[in-house]
Amino acid sequence: MPTAISQPSILTEAPRTSAVFPAWFARTQEAAWTSFQQTAAPKRGDEPWRFSSLKELDFSATTRAEFLGEASELIQRSKGLEQFSAKFVFVNDGFALAINHLPKSVICMPLAEALLSHSELVEQYFMRHPATLGSKKFTDLHTAHLSNGMFIHVPAGVVVEHPIEIFHWVQGQHQATFPHTLIVAGEKAQVRVIETFQSINERDATWTIAVNDLIAEKAANLQYSVVQALNTESKIISVNASEISASAVATSFQLHTGAAWARSESICRLLGEESRSYMFAVSVPSHDQEYDLRTFQHHVSPGAYSDLLYKNSLYDESRTIFSGLIFVDEGAHRTDAYQTCRNLLMSNACEANSMPGLEINADDVKCSHGSTSSQISEEEIFYLRARGIHSDTARQLIARGFSIEVISRLAHEASETYILRMLDEKFATLKS
Amino acid sequence: MSLDYIPETLDSETAEAVNIDRTIGDFTFPERNKFDAGRGLTEKTVDYICDVKNDPQWVREFRHRALKVFRDKPMPTNWATEDLNNIDFDQIRYYLSDGEKPKRSWDDVPADVLETFERLGIPQQERAFLAGVEAQFDSEAAYSNVKEELTKQGVIFVNSTEGLKEHEEIFRPWFGKVIPTGDNKFSALNSAVFSGGSFIYIPKGVKLKQPLQAYFRINSESFGQFERTLIIADEGAEVMYMEGCTAPKFETATLHSAVVELVALKGAKIQYVTVQNWSSNVFNLVTKRGLAMEDAEVRWIDCNIGSRLTMKYPGVVMKGRRARGEVISIALANTGQHQDTGAKMIHAADETTSNVVSKSISVGTGRSTYRGQVHIPKHLKGCKNNTECDALLINSKSRTDTYPAITVKGNQHATQHEASVSQVSQEMLFYMMQRGISEGAAMSLAVNGFINDLVREFPMEYSVELKRLIDLEMEGSVG
Repeated sequence: MPTAISQPSILTEAPRTSAVFPAWFARTQEAAWTSFQQTAAPKRGDEPWRFSSLKELDFSATTRAEFLGEASELIQRSKGLEQFSAKFVFVNDGFALAINHLPKSVICMPLAEALLSHSELVEQYFMRHPATLGSKKFTDLHTAHLSNGMFIHVPAGVVVEHPIEIFHWVQGQHQATFPHTLIVAGEKAQVRVIETFQSINERDATWTIAVNDLIAEKAANLQYSVVQALNTESKIISVNASEISASAVATSFQLHTGAAWARSESICRLLGEESRSYMFAVSVPSHDQEYDLRTFQHHVSPGAYSDLLYKNSLYDESRTIFSGLIFVDEGAHRTDAYQTCRNLLMSNACEANSMPGLEINADDVKCSHGSTSSQISEEEIFYLRARGIHSDTARQLIARGFSIEVISRLAHEASETYILRMLDEKFATLKS
Repeated sequence: MSLDYIPETLDSETAEAVNIDRTIGDFTFPERNKFDAGRGLTEKTVDYICDVKNDPQWVREFRHRALKVFRDKPMPTNWATEDLNNIDFDQIRYYLSDGEKPKRSWDDVPADVLETFERLGIPQQERAFLAGVEAQFDSEAAYSNVKEELTKQGVIFVNSTEGLKEHEEIFRPWFGKVIPTGDNKFSALNSAVFSGGSFIYIPKGVKLKQPLQAYFRINSESFGQFERTLIIADEGAEVMYMEGCTAPKFETATLHSAVVELVALKGAKIQYVTVQNWSSNVFNLVTKRGLAMEDAEVRWIDCNIGSRLTMKYPGVVMKGRRARGEVISIALANTGQHQDTGAKMIHAADETTSNVVSKSISVGTGRSTYRGQVHIPKHLKGCKNNTECDALLINSKSRTDTYPAITVKGNQHATQHEASVSQVSQEMLFYMMQRGISEGAAMSLAVNGFINDLVREFPMEYSVELKRLIDLEMEGSVG
């Protein structure tokens, strides 16, 4: 791509905020750039990057992705659920399609648009907390380069029936995108959002630094699912944070099937009595894919509940890292918190690292975590073979069932069907 | 025992004088004299220790290399507590022996220590020993009198100084091999200034029926204790070693940094039992690791009570097929204390199995931490690990953390890790109080119940002592 040569690396030059954006946003971007430059890069021995392949964090030849004019084919390829409330398609962070059947009161639009029409509302919720699990420097880079994303605001009492779908397509050798998704569910509001990251071709090594923030106000119910199915040349860092008020429920689900290297940092903050957080993830890495998943369940308020279930099925020479922490603040009594990571080892060359952690500063709590790593037992295979199922198929079936247990926790059939379809696309490429 | 007691004032001046004497080469130390390396750690301190102990040249070189490593290594505060920065290495006396220990009478022993002895039911003889009333060595293992019976069986049980001199052919090949000097900052420190500790060798096929026992104490202010223990169990041998600690209270922080290496050759079995009750100004930073060859077994049974900060992660390197490693650990952190303990299981051969069971209790503002590492590399098959850690929180300001790290490569292994945190339920307390048991006693019972299945792993007298210790610690924790 000849134009790519003239583009500066994302590291060298301060990005320019679009002149039409509000002043607060320009200031935020400027501050983020300064902070990015001042923050040291992760190095060996840094606990938040233990077991990580730091060599992957090389952005030096990376430039900002360019918007591609023609998107009709990609819009065709953006196939999600049969029924949706809204559907948005982005190509290299450029807005390509909007279909919107939402009630009028719901704000659901590209972030670039919302910054103009709902500047104050966006400002109120935008990047309220710095990333604390290691990627601060990269979320700064994200903020500095941010040009678009989604802003969804469901006002108090509004229940959105069908999920909102967001598709991101990326392309361009050594090009980077910085998608941002900000979802606010007002008091007693309910909404489901499904976001999908895909590559336009199998060839280009792209970089994505994504941030998605979820805010569930009092008694709201917010469910967010993300499907990461990038090509196996690409890399992604995604930072997800949810804030959950009293009696609200937030669910955050991730499916990782693509990318050469993916790092995900998820934080939930339980801010009120009876607030509930569910964090789920299914990862199926193969070949030399590496997934580095870090989580933090922060019990700020007493009487809150959180549950986490991450499952990895590791094929070939893939590698996973799970690092989770349940953190109970002083005074956050009656906390009820769980954390489980399970690794299914499908080859004799894969590697699973687990660091399930707890930090408890209150006494009236129920907390537990568990982590297991194992292969499929011979008995299980035998059982299926005795019923005439070939052992390869049997292994596949068991691995699939292992993942489905997590997906079914979404308790929404249409979402589950879509996610399972994306998962099966991965399984179809694997021979066990 | 000679006690030509010279009051106080052995400082760097004296140490320097000693060094000058050494350079002119006509200085010899009369036996049973007092030695004090002074405060702070320099090459001179190391030389002083070498001279006093009359170390062979290879040990002198070993110590000097270690000192350099110690200096080069940063404090591990990237993962460990910042409290480590409060250790003032210049204020610590690194070697001190014989007459230097201030002689004390029962009147000098703090009342709370006496009370502790009373409550624990420690025999009069041992009390005197523990309180430092009777004359004793300080940084040399006192219990090095090998019983005749052991000698007959060919067992060597001496202090480490004697070990490295008299039994170099057995000692040297394993010394510093299980825990290399550079393993961590504190193992390097120990390697530079070690004194005291035991050297034990159990010949082929000898199965000791009675446990071997040693007491280590700290009873000089600002005095670090750097014992070094090496236990080798030859093929098919079996041994249980017990180590108990108690330290009278002093005002300045004291550093204790031991290195314990265990070598279990083919089919051998070593159990290492520790009950520790440091006073709450002690930094207890210990490196313990065992090497288990084919069909061998290394078990660490560990109980940590007291100290300001304990960092201790007993490990087993399972180097031979079907080797087994186990860590059973109980930690109790009271107000002002941090028990940072755990286990390290390195699987380095096929079909090796390891088990970690850890229970911790946090009382008041005490903080207990479990830190674990399990490593199973790719080329192996049939390795298994089981880790369980349970934490009990007594008061609303009590803290507990769990930081395990598990790496499994390949698919022919199985690991599981589980942890839970709970508190003593109100119902349980109510049930007991209803039957006329005071709240404090009920809490003690509940805590003893929590660790009961682990306490049973300890030798009888230890488990009795342990239960009483828990009772003591739990006192005043409620209400």
